[in-house]
This record gives sequence, C-alpha cells and structure tokens, in this order.
Amino acid sequence: MVAAAAEVKLLGMWASPAVRRVEWALQMKGIEYEYVEEDLANKSAALLRHNPIHKQVPVLLHCGRAVTDSLLILEYIDETWLETPLLPRDPYHRASARFWAKFAEENCREATRKAFFARGEERSEAIEQLREQLQRLDEELEGKKFFGGVEIGFADLAVGWLAFWLGVSEEVAGFTAMDAKKLPRFAAWMDDFLRVPVIRDNLPPREKTVEFFSYYRDQQLAAAAK
Amino acid sequence: MDQQPPIPPSDLKLLGSWADSHTHRVQLALKLKGLPFQYQEEDPLRPSAALLLHNPVYENLPVLLHRGCPVLHSTIILHFLDDTWPLHRLLLPSDPFDRATARFWSHFADDKLAPAVAAVFSSAGDGQRAAVDQVHQNLKLLERELGDGGAFAGRRFFGGDEIGFLDIVLGCGSYWLAVFEEVMEVKLVDPEAFPRFHAWLRDFEDQTEVKETIPAIDKLLEYARAVRQMMLGGGAAAAAAGGDNAATN
Repeated sequence: MVAAAAEVKLLGMWASPAVRRVEWALQMKGIEYEYVEEDLANKSAALLRHNPIHKQVPVLLHCGRAVTDSLLILEYIDETWLETPLLPRDPYHRASARFWAKFAEENCREATRKAFFARGEERSEAIEQLREQLQRLDEELEGKKFFGGVEIGFADLAVGWLAFWLGVSEEVAGFTAMDAKKLPRFAAWMDDFLRVPVIRDNLPPREKTVEFFSYYRDQQLAAAAK
Repeated sequence: MDQQPPIPPSDLKLLGSWADSHTHRVQLALKLKGLPFQYQEEDPLRPSAALLLHNPVYENLPVLLHRGCPVLHSTIILHFLDDTWPLHRLLLPSDPFDRATARFWSHFADDKLAPAVAAVFSSAGDGQRAAVDQVHQNLKLLERELGDGGAFAGRRFFGGDEIGFLDIVLGCGSYWLAVFEEVMEVKLVDPEAFPRFHAWLRDFEDQTEVKETIPAIDKLLEYARAVRQMMLGGGAAAAAAGGDNAATN
C-alpha cells in the first residue's frame, strides 16, 4: 500500500548524502512523500521541534511522528512498507548488512571528515585509514555485484554516499584515497551503483555540490582558526 | 511457549571480556531469551586465535559465533538474536516507531553518554568538571523522556513492564556510573536531580538476570582503580594486578 503524499514528509537539504539515502529508499519502495528543503543556516521551527537534540536533517515525518538519523529512517521505512525489502531475510545476512552500514557510517565518515578538514599528520593518518577501509569494502564485494547481492539493498544505500561524495571530498580538499587499479571491485561497484536508475536520477548536480562543499570547508576552517 | 527445537549449546559461542559492558549486553540478552551458549574469556591485549580469525581488523569484543559464523557489535548481535529466535522473548519492541525510538536512544547511549562518562574517568580538574557537566546534560535528556510527555512516560523500564533492548544497552554500562562516582569522588546520578533515571537503574539492577550478569561491584571498583592508577602513571603492573585479580571470577 502506498502512503498518501501528505502522510510522509521529508525534511532535507539538497547536498546532504544522508538525506539522499532516505530519498533513495523511499523511491525504491514507491512511497510518495513531500520534500521540504531546509536552510541549515536558518533552521525551521519544524526541524527544531522534531529533532531537538541533534537539530539535523534528514527528518522523516510519518503521520506526524518524527524519525531521525538516516540509517534509523531506512530501517523504519523497511519495517513499515514491506514491499521491495531493503534488508535481506536471512538473520546472518541482515547482521552483515547492518555491520557494513555501521562501518560506512561511522568509520568511513569519520576518516573522510578528518581527511577533509584536518591538516598535517592527522590528515595523512586519516587518508591512510580511509584507504584501508576502502580495501575492506573492496574485499567484501568478492563474488558480488552489490553489497546486497544481485540488486542494491540496505548496505548499498548506507555505503552509497562514497560513490558520489568521496570524489567530491577528494576534489574539494585535494587528497586521493580511492585507487581504481588497486580496488577494482569497489571501483566497479561505484559505477554500477550510480547507474541504478533510482540512484542516478536522485543525485545532486556535481559542480554545484563541489561548489557548496568548497564554501562549507572554507567556512569551517575559518571558524576553527578563530 | 516456543516452537523451535532446543538449541545445542555448541551452536552459540560468545567471545568477551569480563569487565566489558558490551559483553554484558550480549550475556544478558542470551539469558533473557533463554539461549544456552559457551563463553570464552578474551584478554583484549592478547587476542585468541578465534578472535583474530573472526574479527581480524578490529579485534574488538564481543563477538558472537553462531555455528561458526561471526556477528559483531553488541547492538547488531541483539538484533540478530531477535531475528534468529523470534519465538523466544523479544528484546526489541514490535512497532516500527517504537523500534526507531529505542534505537535512537541506544545510539545516544553509545555516541553521547558513554564517551562523556569515559571522559569523567580519564580527566582531572577543570576537564573533569566539564565532563561531569556533560554527563548531567545527557542524563537530563533521559530523565525528561521518562517523564510526562516523554517517549517512555509512565514506564517502569524503557521496554515497558519488562526490560528490553534499550534497558540492556543503557543498563549494561550504567553501573560504571556508581563505580566512577566512588573512584573519582564525583556525583553523577544524584537521586534528587534524576529521580526517574535513578529508580529505573535500581529496578534494572534488581532483575535476577542482571544480577547474574554484571560483576560484583567490588571487582569493578578494583579494576577501575587499577586502570585509573595506570592512567595517572602508576604503570602497567598496577593495571595488570587489578585485571588478573578481577578476572578470576
């Protein structure tokens, strides 16, 4: 059963990978929703009310109740709308998908953040860590097209930000972590993932994204210098 | 009650560490679900062959082996237990929104509260005062959720009438609050400032399965004192002494 558009609302921001991840899930399941663009420099009353602790996007509103944190939103969507399951059925494979989602969300995001913002030794260490993490992801893809197998699933949606935003980060901050020759499986996955229609048709424009993150990086570094 | 065949104890093996709250989470969960299991004590500084095989990069604990297949991270293990044994007592609530809420606060416990508590332990002076303040801020948020209009208003436990996923996650670790209060001589859970949280913790620690899982407080105190000594430059010998004494448990 597809929900009426008014029932599902997503508070988001166009450049955010966490927000896109939720949109990919909603679109895979054919769920209609209303999208509300947030100005993060001037957060709406709705955002602050529905996510008082973290004050972040995405926020999913379903029948007026708020779910926050993109991976939690993905699980909520999967458990509420049962067609086109995101998580596999087998308990061990579910645990594995959750593991890689946590890995991408915590370890890879942290290393990328440091590579993006840090300087000197902290930065080189972060880049090295990120390379090792990408290697682990590459190894996990042995014998598989996607983390979910033949088709994309929960883990692909969670890891997916790397397919687009890693390249953006590397360009903006001037570092190289990904090596397609050394990590052919991961490189192939990045291409295949971005070619999936639901993903391909739901990405921010690259140049505009690079511009945005450049500005964002300059801002953050200037603030840190004070 | 359950329609699944009895589980041979050899099917489940838990690699853990006696003083590790994440290990306690899994032990408690297994007990609550009535699942037999083998336990192997690991020394984090000297990982066994099994640990190196199943968790080569992180070597972190706990690791649950189900018929030889490893499941990592305590919260993922708890989900796995419910997925695999849905006819045994469920740890997570059934409603998707309640599940999202439990998971949200579980992340809060691990990403905000636990690091704040750890900071109290590893700091001194002004740094410690700031860390204590941070713990109080976090406890205030939980206190509010247990009160009127909160996500868990009117409940004895976060899981309702019985302990569940969030109780396990928050509870296995909250005993460190009492330990650090004594070792660091700071006040973390003031029953007047956090009456509901305090009552919840007391009720949680009173549960039979919890009492069977969490180590005796004097062993935890000994361990914490030894680690603190080591941090302040007392040397590895002090920590080893604390660890060895406490591990014969």
